[in-house]
Amino acid sequence: MVDVLVCVKRVVDSSSEVVLTDDAQAVDGRYAGFTMSAHEECAVELAVRAAADAGTTRVVTLGDEDAVEQLRHALAVGCSEATHVVADSSAFGPADVAREMAAVARDHDSQLVLLGNDAADSGDFQVGIRLAYALGWPVINGVSTVTVADGTVTASGTGPEGHETYEVPLPAVVTVLEGGVEPRYPTVTGRMKAKKVQIEEREPTTAPTGPSRVRLLLPPPAPSDVQILGNGPEAAPAVVDVLEQLGVLAR
Amino acid sequence: MILVLVETSLEGEAVEVSREAVTFARALSAAGGDRPIDAVTVGEPSADLVATLASYGVRRVHALTGDAFTSYAGAAWASGLISVQEQTGADLVMAAGTPRGNEVMAHVAARTDVAMAANVLAFEGLDPFVVTRQVVGGAALEEMRLGDRVAVLTVAGHAVEPRRAETPGAGELVVETPSIAEADLVARVVSTDEPEPDLSGALTSSRVVVGAGRGAGSADGFTDLLELTDLLGASLGVSRVVTSLGWRPHHEQVGQTGSRISPDLYIPCGISGAIQHWAGCASSKTILAVNTDVDAPMVTKATYAVIGDLHEVVPAINAEIRRRRG
Ligand SMILES: Cc1cc2nc3c(=O)[nH]c(=O)nc-3n(C[C@H](O)[C@H](O)[C@H](O)COP(=O)(O)OP(=O)(O)OC[C@H]3O[C@@H](n4cnc5c(N)ncnc54)[C@H](O)[C@@H]3O)c2cc1C
Repeated sequence: MVDVLVCVKRVVDSSSEVVLTDDAQAVDGRYAGFTMSAHEECAVELAVRAAADAGTTRVVTLGDEDAVEQLRHALAVGCSEATHVVADSSAFGPADVAREMAAVARDHDSQLVLLGNDAADSGDFQVGIRLAYALGWPVINGVSTVTVADGTVTASGTGPEGHETYEVPLPAVVTVLEGGVEPRYPTVTGRMKAKKVQIEEREPTTAPTGPSRVRLLLPPPAPSDVQILGNGPEAAPAVVDVLEQLGVLAR
Repeated sequence: MILVLVETSLEGEAVEVSREAVTFARALSAAGGDRPIDAVTVGEPSADLVATLASYGVRRVHALTGDAFTSYAGAAWASGLISVQEQTGADLVMAAGTPRGNEVMAHVAARTDVAMAANVLAFEGLDPFVVTRQVVGGAALEEMRLGDRVAVLTVAGHAVEPRRAETPGAGELVVETPSIAEADLVARVVSTDEPEPDLSGALTSSRVVVGAGRGAGSADGFTDLLELTDLLGASLGVSRVVTSLGWRPHHEQVGQTGSRISPDLYIPCGISGAIQHWAGCASSKTILAVNTDVDAPMVTKATYAVIGDLHEVVPAINAEIRRRRG
């Protein structure tokens, strides 16, 4: 039996055009809407599976009032408990977030903490690792499968030289990359159950130091100098001419 | 002084992104203080590797050796790097923005209790030290301030071209065997399986990649695309939509959460070119897009484009290739 904590972040859905807030400190989600990164969806799925034999799965987020939507989603796909650290996540740097997650893990006696490898918005690539140091636990980073048995977590993922496996005694921190599991969709009963769960609300333990952000900016639009080779199948000879010029046709 | 973690390939060569990171370090050094650049490798480097790094301007190559470094452990690598950093008094520690590079630098930053900037593209100034880095998968940039005592950063892939230095460095080899705490070896790779021959390795090293997105239409819509892939000796790369719908396996995904490719030619068919996909293919030398929408970002960013239905265009291209080959 293992009690798992899984950390998720409410982020702006950046699959369409990205717009910044007026103070250039955050991405504006008013038009695009919000979501959770695919890494975290997989972390939630792995957490639910890891705790399947009588353990608990607590989902935690640090975010504004609306981030409760991401908590409810995680509850609807199988998490059993939820904690909401109510705060403006854009005012928190990676070390601040790690400290807050560590406090939640300690208060709930979690033995395994799962996170996404990197947040879809701030892309700091370090919260999980800082969290491990805050807790004094080992950390496995960037894996896509996680299983727990007899107090040991086994995790694996793609490394530069092949598929790598780690085995680490609990307690431990693991950061997840998408690709190893298929996150399930919430069912109607799942959603109903999620609505009934009492979410623990907390305040941050201390004021954040903040990210070292000066400002955000958008990359300059690249001018298009595309050469249209033609329309439809009639363009095929022109395409193959280009392939010849580029020297990729020779066998 | 600047310390750069250099990752090596199975053949023991410095990987391209690490050579880019050293090139970036040289630009920082030239911008102020002419700070010497030292490299850190894991395992004893070949004479060729030391010579290559010298040609990139490296003064010393510190090789981390010993039992702690025979299989990968992020904390052990960080501990080794910090021992070299303390010895040399380096005030900037950096790596390429690879999975390993980001991981090890995060350990270094956490242990030294300083900020870390991931995926840096450029620097705005040295005093204060402000860098610009990729956030939101490349859809936005962040200017970030670094470096109270030690600055820690990773350089985004292809932020700069890898270039040898005009004046080579001394390239002196220093073999180090730092003592590594047991605790830093707890999370350590216990086994590595050979990648299956067809997994993303082929995709990232292919000269030509044929891409397929939602426009493929269904799991059965790949026949012509696979034939084109075959005719060109290329690899197939796909968008996230294709993997989420289960049409193709995840290891074929290109993008922010898939592979990053830099082929000579990328032929994305029925892919819109969302920023997260672009993050994985932006360094393709030439892009030839096939899309029904002339305004799709992939088309406007491409070198060449054909406007049309891929299910008509791709078979015609295949037929034309076969015809010319006789
Ligand atoms: C955190 C995060 C990470 C992500 N990571 C990735 C990633 O790693 N890789 C990735 O690819 N995406 C990623 N995405 C998703 C990304 O935002 C896009 O949703 C996705 O790339 C779109 O895939 P697509 O181009 O196949 O589909 P669409 O955007 O739907 O585009 C389909 C295109 O095909 C064209 N088309 C349709 N039919 C035809 C036809 N018959 N012939 C020719 N053209 C046709 C259309 O004009 C359109 O341009 C990520 C998103 C998020 C939020």
